[in-house]
Amino acid sequence: MTQELITPELFTHLVRLAALALDGEEAQYLRRELNNQLGAIRELEAVSLDKNLPVTSYGVPYTEESTPALREDRWQPYENVAGIMRQAPQLEDGCIVVPDIPHESLE
Amino acid sequence: MELCDLTAAEIAAQVRVGKVSAVEVLASTQSRIEAVDGRSGALDAEASVADDRHVHAFITRTPERARAQAEAVDRKLAAGEDPGPLAGVPFTVKDIFCVQDTPSTAASRILANFVSPYTATPVSRLEASGAVMVGKVNLDEFAYGSSTESSAFQPSTRNPWKLDRVPGGSSGGSVASVAVGEAALSIGTDTAGSIRQPAAFCGVVGVKPTYGRVSRYGLIAFGSSLDCPGPMARNVTDAAMALQAMAGADPHDSTAAGLPVPDYAASLEGGVRGLRIGLSPDYFRISIPDPQSSDGQYLRQPIPAEIDRLTRQAAEKLAAMGAEIIEDVPMPHTHLGIPVYFVISRVEAASNLHRFDGVKYGHRTEASAGDLHEMYRQTRSEAFGLQPKLRILMGMYVSAAQYSEQYYRRALGVRTLIRRDFDEAFDPDGPYRLDAMLTPTTPTTAFKIGDVYGDSVLMQYADQLTVPANHAGVPGISIPAGLDGEGLPVGFQLLGPDFSEATLFQIGRAYETATADAAWRSAVPEALQNIL
Repeated sequence: MTQELITPELFTHLVRLAALALDGEEAQYLRRELNNQLGAIRELEAVSLDKNLPVTSYGVPYTEESTPALREDRWQPYENVAGIMRQAPQLEDGCIVVPDIPHESLE
Repeated sequence: MELCDLTAAEIAAQVRVGKVSAVEVLASTQSRIEAVDGRSGALDAEASVADDRHVHAFITRTPERARAQAEAVDRKLAAGEDPGPLAGVPFTVKDIFCVQDTPSTAASRILANFVSPYTATPVSRLEASGAVMVGKVNLDEFAYGSSTESSAFQPSTRNPWKLDRVPGGSSGGSVASVAVGEAALSIGTDTAGSIRQPAAFCGVVGVKPTYGRVSRYGLIAFGSSLDCPGPMARNVTDAAMALQAMAGADPHDSTAAGLPVPDYAASLEGGVRGLRIGLSPDYFRISIPDPQSSDGQYLRQPIPAEIDRLTRQAAEKLAAMGAEIIEDVPMPHTHLGIPVYFVISRVEAASNLHRFDGVKYGHRTEASAGDLHEMYRQTRSEAFGLQPKLRILMGMYVSAAQYSEQYYRRALGVRTLIRRDFDEAFDPDGPYRLDAMLTPTTPTTAFKIGDVYGDSVLMQYADQLTVPANHAGVPGISIPAGLDGEGLPVGFQLLGPDFSEATLFQIGRAYETATADAAWRSAVPEALQNIL
């Protein structure tokens, strides 16, 4: 439908960054939909924006009246640690077990 | 009429004076669920023709929890204690909210085995008000959709009015459960219209409160700057009662506003005399992706005639009751709501989805993974459906350093323009000075199952009239306006200034009063035709 901004090479790069592995059918569908969605946002390019226009990260302004007071920075024990730990897929001696973490050199 | 068909206000009133018990109300509700719901959504469920005769609102029913809560209400009454303003009122919870000791799945395989160790604030507040949770209901996976079809838990929810139609989404299970008496109330979330759009499709009232009016603590996040928990109900009074219980500051959520919650009931019957209600031509035109276009062009066309007629009829009713209707209010950036949403919501969704990695909770691949990175990849690939994968990829692309100026920052700038449209319309010193805007809720009525699913662009445009309020943060409510020629519900939407929910309830209640005797109000959804 639209110009292909997401080429097969770029798509493969994105999939790797996203920590995904896709089969052929999934990859074909997702790349097509990505390109279609990028086509849908082309309308934004035509909008004239003043360079001083502030961005809006959330709609409702937080005023002094509406902003809740910060909580006191105080350690509080959580009452259901066991409930959290029970959700871990693999536990051993109270620690969460994961496969080997590959060594990466910091440059 | 069965007990389960009473409104929340009627149930609470009767329970509180001992006319019926909470346990009796629950029994009636559970009988209704047995009669209409069919099998609950489940992973890897084979499709069956029998599924087309039921509603399928639920993923998880919680009969023991409900029984204990109903008995607690009755015990309090017997002891002379106040059981709360929602005593004995059955409610359902969109399965995007965490509820302690209950599966909390987000309709995704990746959380199918997750049992929450804590309860979301809006749910705990409803329970503290005496309401009785009967179960967790279906939705689009992680709330990514407008039809509930993308749930990993199939069969997905049907529209009770016509069982071959979608209920809308993503809060499809919520609205369906309310429409057929499986609950008097439900709570859902609205990120682009996910409460209001399905409410319109299923003929119920749906409220997207002001951003920050209701705590998001315990909500499995989608778009953190857009998500708003809110209630669905069969009438405005019930919706107001539910919001009253849910709203307010929360030490667990620093985005929950510290403003006091007004007494919504106090102004509910105030009428509309003197209120200024706006109509904008920009909400009576819709955008449809042009299937003939090779570069993403859109067709702009008038909203379907029946939706136009019923929406304007609502304005006429309000005018007859003394409201001042202000026509031709410009909202020039309305049509940019979806393109902006395609950017902002994807960036936020991708960020929120990075936490699902098979380490701390949820699904972990059983395939032998060589190392941690391989485990991440296999886990996420096995357990995310197509829609989460699409949002991760899109969000990562448009927020990448080399593209973010072109897409993300630009979208945040256009969001400012959308907000300014509302600021100008509602400015008490401006030319329009509106108390509320009245618009259609949806560009169509409920579409057939399978007709749109898979086309992620067309599906997103189902939210084109609701999403501007999410960008702006302002409150909105969808109210049933009648039925179209096919017998499908149509809703109209009221939008107001920040924290003006009381006014929106007041207008909605006035409309209900004016149309109390309308013939369409006695129509019966297909799902109930053999049992009422």
